[in-house]
Order: sequence, then C-alpha cells, then structure tokens
Amino acid sequence: MTIDSIKNGIVIDHIPAGKAMLLYQYLKLDRLECSVALLKNVSSRKMGRKDIIKLDEVIDLNWDVLGYLAPDCTVNIIREGEEVEKRHPELPEKLVGVIHCKNPRCITTIEQELPHIFKLTNRQKGVYRCLYCESKA
Amino acid sequence: MRHLIDILDLTTQEIDELIETANDIIANPAAYAHKCEGKKLAALFFEPSTRTRLSFEAAMYELGGHVIGFSDAGNSSSAKGESVADTIKMIGCYADIAAMRHFKEGAPLVAAMRSEIPVINAGDGGHNHPTQTLTDLLTIKREKGHFDGLTVGFCGDLKFGRTVHSLITALSRYENVKFILISPQELKVPSYVKDMIKEKSLAYKQTTDLDSVMPELDILYMTRVQRERFFNEEEYLRLKDSYILTPEKLKTAKDTLSILHPLPRVNEIAVAVDDDPRACYFRQALNGKFIRMALILKLLEEAGK
Repeated sequence: MTIDSIKNGIVIDHIPAGKAMLLYQYLKLDRLECSVALLKNVSSRKMGRKDIIKLDEVIDLNWDVLGYLAPDCTVNIIREGEEVEKRHPELPEKLVGVIHCKNPRCITTIEQELPHIFKLTNRQKGVYRCLYCESKA
Repeated sequence: MRHLIDILDLTTQEIDELIETANDIIANPAAYAHKCEGKKLAALFFEPSTRTRLSFEAAMYELGGHVIGFSDAGNSSSAKGESVADTIKMIGCYADIAAMRHFKEGAPLVAAMRSEIPVINAGDGGHNHPTQTLTDLLTIKREKGHFDGLTVGFCGDLKFGRTVHSLITALSRYENVKFILISPQELKVPSYVKDMIKEKSLAYKQTTDLDSVMPELDILYMTRVQRERFFNEEEYLRLKDSYILTPEKLKTAKDTLSILHPLPRVNEIAVAVDDDPRACYFRQALNGKFIRMALILKLLEEAGK
C-alpha cells in the first residue's frame, strides 16, 4: 500500500498500533479540509506494528493530546518535500479539556461550565488525576 | 488568599503551630474570647452534618465572632442551580471566612479558586476532610505526646472513609509510622492511598481480621460504614456490621491503646466501650472545636495581612 509523499505537512509516526483513530478524534482532525491519511498496523522494526497519520498541511497540533495518548510518537514536519523538524511530545504536567472525569461523585458532574483538568501525579507511570476529586484518569 | 482544602496544604510545622495554639486555647479560653469580634463565619453545609457544623459554629462563637449560613443544600441557592463559584463570590460579600461541606468531591477547591475570603473544606463527598484530620492529630498529640513510631490501625470502611484517607496522608509525613489497614475486601483503601504509603517507604499491613492485630496497636481508628456512600442498599446492609468493637475484643489490646472514632457511630463501637479509659472519641469531638478555633484564627490573621 502506498500513500503519496507529502510536500508540506506533518507525519505523526510511531503511534502505538490501534491508537491512530483515537488521536484522530482527540486532535480533531475531522475538522481539517486537507488530505489526512491514517495507516493502521504498519510493520515496524522497532515496534512490531505501529500506526501513522499523515496530514497534507502544517497545522498547530495539540501537544498535550499527543503527549498524553502517544508520548513515544515522532512528529515530522515536512516543508517543500524535506523533513525540516523532528519532535517528540512530552507528558504534559496538566491536561485541560482533553479527558473527562468519570467519578460520579466529582463536582464536574454537576457543574457543566467547569473545565476538566487533570494533573500528572506520577511521571514514571504516566498517572493523571482529576484536579478536583483526585480520581485516576 | 490562604485556604485549607487538603491537609497537605499545611506543613508539619504549621500543624504543630495549630496544635500549640489549640492547647493554649484549652488552657486559657478567656484569652481568646474576643479574638474574632466583628467577624463572621459562613457555614455552607450543602450536606447534612451535626458534629462538624456545630463545632465550627461553637468555635466561632467562642472566639467572639458570628455565624451565618445554611445546613442543607435544599435551603441554599444551589437548589435553584447556582454554581459553587457564584455562591462563594456572593458569600464573600457578607462573611470573612467560609467553611464548606459539599456532597460533590472537589467543590471546596472550586470555591477556593474563585473566593475572596478563606475557604475551609469541611468535608467533600468521600474525598477530604482536613479539619477532622487536624482534630485527629490534636487528639493523638494530646493522648500520646508524639506521632513518630506509632502503630496506627484503621478499621471499617477504608474505601469511602475520607477521614481515613486524610489521616493516613497526614501521618505519612512522620517517621516510622506503621499502618495496619483492617477492612472487608470490598472496603479496602483506594490504590492512591496505598501508593502514597509505599512512596514514603512506610510499613503497612492489610488484613480482614481485627483480633489478630489488636495487640500491636497504639491507636485504633474505628470508622462507620456510611450508608450515604453506597449506591446499592443491599451492599450496605451486607457490610455494615463487619466490625463491632466490644470490651471482649479489647482484652488483648495494650493498656496504652487510644481508640479514636470521627463519630457519629452506629453500632461499630459497643456502648460498653465508652467507659474504658482507652476510649478517646468524645475527647476527640471536643478537641475538634479547639483546633477549628486555632484554624479560624490562623486563616483570618493571614487574610488580614
């Protein structure tokens, strides 16, 4: 299977297999008008299987989402057919409006206007907890 | 603006200072009788409470201040759909300090984030209850004289018992404290509490059998299985009588044991235990007023700076 090479755009590589669709949703890529390619279960020497997302436009990515869902992914920025930048996301200290608290006793369940905020409480294990009720994400 | 939402908002040094002030209030109550003259405490109780609300009210009155507020969400504007943030902004126009109990976890934090006056968390759902923890710490200090090296048993509902979570968190900051966690399988402490004990490299043991660990304990912290925390009545009925402390069960306990309970009790401590000199729970309830007096003084003083 071949996908046309990109002239100006972004390649998000090394996404854990099966997570591309989740990233597609959380990065709100459905709102883009440019071409977007999702490759699932691509063979990888490093990961065995991986997912890849290709965007035919350079956009502002939500690095918090990338860091939370695929901290080990690689983001390649392509300009004029050349890779000009390679970046890795980091686990964000705080997630605002990315995920919702599932605790039925949390104040966010009755106050719709409150932003859902999660704090990174254990970097090693990638544990996030709700700012308000401290429930695990 | 300084608030008290979580017991960890206070350093151990600040806790020592609050305990010192509380002890001074106990020794010289007259010296504090006019300290809060002209000040108002807003007691915002969105969930029913007897002990905590009355001890806050008694604390403020004994400091010479006044109390306004409500004792049921049905009597507040939240019944009309007002947000916690709006409620606290409005209360800030009328009072100098607020104590908030709420059935939703995190509500006092939301209030503190928007408040112009100090906010004290008086209990939020099954989450935190820092003034109960201060009460417990004052009681332990008065009964034992120290925190380091104590073996503390927690018995009953360790899953939803917010007083348990807060006290474990607070005691984890002292040296060589050992925790013995006694509960039915269904009511074990949440993983984050256990993770915190492990992170501090403190010793702990989990068991379902109170009798086997009784001789080890310096403190036995009993808790009630709380009906209001269960979504399922059948599960509550099945678990509510898991542990009942009786004089017979105390036969193997140390003479120096201190029995604490945040109260109210239902039947988890037999009334016959009340006469045992090791029963501290009514002294503990009294201590609650004194430590809240110390806290109100501290937060008002810092807000005035």
